[in-house]
Amino acid sequence: MEPVISFKNFGFKYTVQKEPTLYDIDLDIFPGQKVLIAGPSGCGKSTLASCINGLAPFSYSGEYTGSLKIKGVEARDSDIFSRSKVIGTVLQDSDAQFVGLTVAEDIAFALENDEVLVDEMRRIVAETAASVGVGTHLSHAPHEISGGQKQRVSLAGVLVDDVDVLMFDEPLANLDPATGESAIELIDEIGRKSGKTVIIIEHRLEDVLHRDIDRVVLMDDGRIIADMSPAELLCSDLLIKTGIREPLYITALKYAGVSVTPEMQPAHIETLILNEADKARVREWFYRVEKPAAAPEAETMLGVSGLSFAYSNGHQALSGISFGVKRGEMTAIAGRNGAGKSTMCKLICGFEKQQEGTISFLGEDTAELSIKERAEHIGYVMQNPNQMISKVFIKDEVGLGLVLRGKPQEEVDRAVEKVLDICNLSPFVEWPVSALSYGQKKRVTIASILSLEPEMIMLDEPTAGQDFRRYTEIMEFLVELNRSGITVLLITHDMHLMLEYCDRALVFSEGRLLADDTPAAVLSDPDLIKRANLKKTSLYDLSRICGIDDPREFTARFIDFDRKARRGHD
Amino acid sequence: MKKFSVKDIVAIGIGAALFFVLGRFVAIPSPVPNTNISIQYGLLSLVAVVYGPVVALISGLIGHALVDFSFGWGIWWSWVITSGIVGCIMGLSQKKVDIINEPFAGKRIVTFNIYQIIANLIGWAVVAPVLDIVIYAEPANKVFIQGLFAAASNAVTTAVVGTLLCVAYSAAKPKKDSLSKK
Amino acid sequence: MTNLFNYIDRPSPVHRMTGAAKLVCLLLWSFGAMSSFDPRFLFALFVLAVVLFKISKIKVKDISFMLWFTFVFCMLNNLLIYLFSPQHGTEIYGTAHEILHIAGRYNITQEQLLYHLNVILKYLATIPIVLLFVTTTDPSEFAASLNRIGVSYKISYAVALALRYIPDIQREYHDITLSLQARGVELSKKASLVNRLKSASQTLIPLILSSMDRIEIISNAMELRSFGKNKKRTWYRHRAFSAWDYGAMILGLVILLVSVALAAFVNHGRYYNPFV
Repeated sequence: MEPVISFKNFGFKYTVQKEPTLYDIDLDIFPGQKVLIAGPSGCGKSTLASCINGLAPFSYSGEYTGSLKIKGVEARDSDIFSRSKVIGTVLQDSDAQFVGLTVAEDIAFALENDEVLVDEMRRIVAETAASVGVGTHLSHAPHEISGGQKQRVSLAGVLVDDVDVLMFDEPLANLDPATGESAIELIDEIGRKSGKTVIIIEHRLEDVLHRDIDRVVLMDDGRIIADMSPAELLCSDLLIKTGIREPLYITALKYAGVSVTPEMQPAHIETLILNEADKARVREWFYRVEKPAAAPEAETMLGVSGLSFAYSNGHQALSGISFGVKRGEMTAIAGRNGAGKSTMCKLICGFEKQQEGTISFLGEDTAELSIKERAEHIGYVMQNPNQMISKVFIKDEVGLGLVLRGKPQEEVDRAVEKVLDICNLSPFVEWPVSALSYGQKKRVTIASILSLEPEMIMLDEPTAGQDFRRYTEIMEFLVELNRSGITVLLITHDMHLMLEYCDRALVFSEGRLLADDTPAAVLSDPDLIKRANLKKTSLYDLSRICGIDDPREFTARFIDFDRKARRGHD
Repeated sequence: MKKFSVKDIVAIGIGAALFFVLGRFVAIPSPVPNTNISIQYGLLSLVAVVYGPVVALISGLIGHALVDFSFGWGIWWSWVITSGIVGCIMGLSQKKVDIINEPFAGKRIVTFNIYQIIANLIGWAVVAPVLDIVIYAEPANKVFIQGLFAAASNAVTTAVVGTLLCVAYSAAKPKKDSLSKK
Repeated sequence: MTNLFNYIDRPSPVHRMTGAAKLVCLLLWSFGAMSSFDPRFLFALFVLAVVLFKISKIKVKDISFMLWFTFVFCMLNNLLIYLFSPQHGTEIYGTAHEILHIAGRYNITQEQLLYHLNVILKYLATIPIVLLFVTTTDPSEFAASLNRIGVSYKISYAVALALRYIPDIQREYHDITLSLQARGVELSKKASLVNRLKSASQTLIPLILSSMDRIEIISNAMELRSFGKNKKRTWYRHRAFSAWDYGAMILGLVILLVSVALAAFVNHGRYYNPFV
C-alpha cells in the first residue's frame, strides 16, 4: 500500500530562525492509520504538523530539504488549497478557527469558498453537523456554545471537504476532563466509520489512549526518537526521558516494582492484565508507603458564606455558596465551563457584586472595599499572560501596581528587586518582556501581582495549554510561593494538577458547590465525578483490580509518594 | 486594484472590530464637556504602519460605519470617509517606518508622527468639513472650527496612544535572525 | 452584549426581505434624502418611513435608546450651526425676513428657521430608515448582502469577521480593564489628559497586541479552508429575491429619482426656496 504521507530524509528551517527545527525525518503514514505524535514543547511536533498541512512554508516561510509526498505528490509542487483537500486540520485555538457568525455558516465556510450552490450546501451542512452532534445548534453564535462544541464545529468544518487525513492539533488543551474524553471518543468513531487517516498531536498520553492508537511517534529536539505501538512505548523509559507524563497507573505499577511488558496490554487500564503476583506487589507497596501527613490547623483567610449571584440578564450564576480557605493552603476550584468558577473569582476580586451573602477576608467583610483595595489582599492572575502585560520592560511591568499607588521610586525599585528574586527573574531585570518564554511571562504576571504583597493569590487556569515540562515549571514555582506563606487558590479543570498539588478541591457545578474535600476523595467518588464533568483517575481502577478497597487512600498515597519521588529526581 | 492576501483581509476585519469596540465602548472624557477622546485613531495608526494604507483605509471605513450603525444616528458619510482617509495617509508611512524589520525608535517615531499629524489635519480640517459642506450644506465656519478641534484632539491622541502602541508592538515582535534555540 | 446592532427578530414582511435589497433601498434612500433640501419631500420621506416601521412591527420602545442618542446629536448640531452661523439661511436663500430682533447677526430670520427645519427633517427622513435596516437585518446576512451589491467578497468577508470578533474583543477588553483596575490603573477625570491617555494605552496594549497575534492564526485557519482560492464564493445565507425585495429596490430608486427631478425641474437646485 502506498503511504498517504511520506517523509524521506526531511528537514525544515524557518526563515527567522538560525537553526533548523526538524532534522532527518523519515516517516510513512498509511491510509486508515491512527497516529499520535507526541513530544515536549519545542520538539518540532507542531512544525511537523504545519509541514503536513502546508502552513509551513506557505504561511510560515522557511525551506525544506529532502522529500515530503502527500498522496504520492511531492509537496513542493502543490499549493495550500489542494493540500487542504487532502488534509483537514482542527486547530488548537477553536475560537480562531471559528470564523463564521453562526455554527452553520462556519461549517459551510469551505463549501462557500468552493462555490458550492446553496441548496447542496445546506444539505451537506445539516448532515455533517448531525454526524458530530451539533445538529441542533446550527443557528447559534460562537459565544453561545461551549468549548467542546466549538471543537466539534471545527471538525465538521473540515469534514465537509471529504479529506483523506484528519489532523488534530492539541485537541485536549482547552477541554474539561469529561469533554476531552468524549472528544477522543468522537475522533475515534469518525475515524473508524469513514476509514480516514487520523493524526493527533498531543502530549496528554493517557487521555489520548482512552481509545486505541496504532502508532505513537515520539519526537524530541527536532527528531523522531521513537515510532512504535503504545504498548511498547509504555514499557520503555522513553517517556520519562523526554518529559512526557506516563499514564498514572503505569507509574504506580513501576513504583510497586511490577515490570510492565507489552503482553500485559498496558495501553488501556481496561485491557491491562495483571497476574496475582503483580497484584500482590501493588498491594504490598500500598501498605508500605506512608500516609500523607495531615495539614496543621490554621486561621481562616477567605470566608465565603451564603453567596448568591445572578447576572443582569437573569442568569443565576451562583447560589448558596459557603466555604473557607485557610492560611497557607493550596486549593483548587474545579468544575466544567460555566459551572460558576470564574464568577466566583470575579466576586472575590470585586469585579461583580453578589446579591446575597458575604465574602470576608481575615474575618473582615469585604463589601466596602474597592477593586483596588481588595487587590492588596488577594491578587488575581489571568489565564493568558499576554492579556495582562502592558509594559515593554519587566521592571516597569512588575512595578506598575506600586507606581500607580504613588509609592516613591526607591521603594518601588526595592520591592521589584525582591519580587523578581522570589520569582527567579532577577537575571532578566533589564530585559523586555517579549524576550521571555511563555512560562517566564507567566512568572512576570505573577510577580506583578506579588509586588503589592497580597497574602493570597488566585490564578485562573495557570497551566492551560502547557506541556508537562512547562506545567511542572509553573506549578513547582507556585508550590515554592505557597511554602513561603502565600495562600493559593487555583481555578482549573486539570485533574492531575488538582491531585498533585492541591490540599483541597472545591467542586462547582451549575452554580452550586458540590463538594469541598481532598482531591483524592473527590476523584474517587463516581457520582460526584459524573455531576461535575470530571473523570475518575486510572488509579481508582488500578486499586480495584488489585483488590484494594480504599481507592481514595490509594490515590492519596500514590500522589504523596510520586511528589516526593519526582522532587527527589530534581 | 490591489490583490489582498488572506492576512490583509483578516487584518481589516480585526482592525475594524477593534476600532468599533474602542469607538463604541471606551469613553475617555476630554477637557471639552460632553465630548470624548477618540482613542480608536491610535489603534488605526498601528494598523496603518503594520499593514499599510489600503488595509487601514478599509478598516477605518468599516469600523466607523459600524459605530454609526450601532449608535443608530444614521451614517455620517463625511466622517466615515474621513476615518478611512486618515488611516490611508498614516499608512503611507509604512515603508519609511518599517516597523516589521526595524526597532520603532528615534527618527522613526518622528516620521510616524509627522505622517499622522498631516493625516489628521488633511482628514479632519479639510476633507471632513468640505464633505460636510458639499453633502449636508452645513455652514463653513462651523464645520471648519469643528474640524480643527477634531484634528488637534485626534493628533494628540494618536501621538500618545499610537506611539505607545507602536513601541509596544515593535518590542513584542521578534526581529530577523533574532531567534535561536537556547 | 450579544446584540450590538439591535437586530430584533419578529415575523414581518420587512424582516423577510433579503439584506441585499434592504441595503440597496437604504443607500438609494439616503442619497435621495442627503441631496435634497426640500422640506415637503423630506417630510414625505419621514411619513413613508413611519409607515414602514408600522409594517415591520418594530416598536418605539425597542429603539428608544438609539432615538435618544440621535435626538441629542441633532439638537447639539443645530445649536452649533446657529451659534456659528446664524445667517446661514440668508446666505442660502438670498433674502432676510426678520422675525425676532436679538442682536446683530443673531437676529432670527425665516430663512434661518427654514434651514434648521431642513436639517431636522433630514434626520427625520434618514434615521428611521437606518434604524429599520439595523433592527430588521440579521448581521450574519449583512456580509453576503454587500457581496451581492458589488463589494468584493474578500472585503465583504472582512465585514463578517469584524462582526464575528467584536463580542470576543469586547469581552477581552472588559476583563483586561478589570485586572488592570485591580493593579490601580484608572481612567477617571481627575488625571490630566496625557495621563489619562497613557492609562488608556496601558489597557489597550494587551488588548491590541493579543488581537494582532490572532490575525495570523485566523488567516491560517481561513487559508486551510480554501478562503481566497476562487474569484467568487457562494454564501450559506444567500436567498433569492422576492417580489417584496424588488419592491424595496424600486422604492429606493423612485425616491432618488424624485429627489433628482425636484432639483432639476421644480426647485432649480438643491433648495426649495419659498422666499423669491
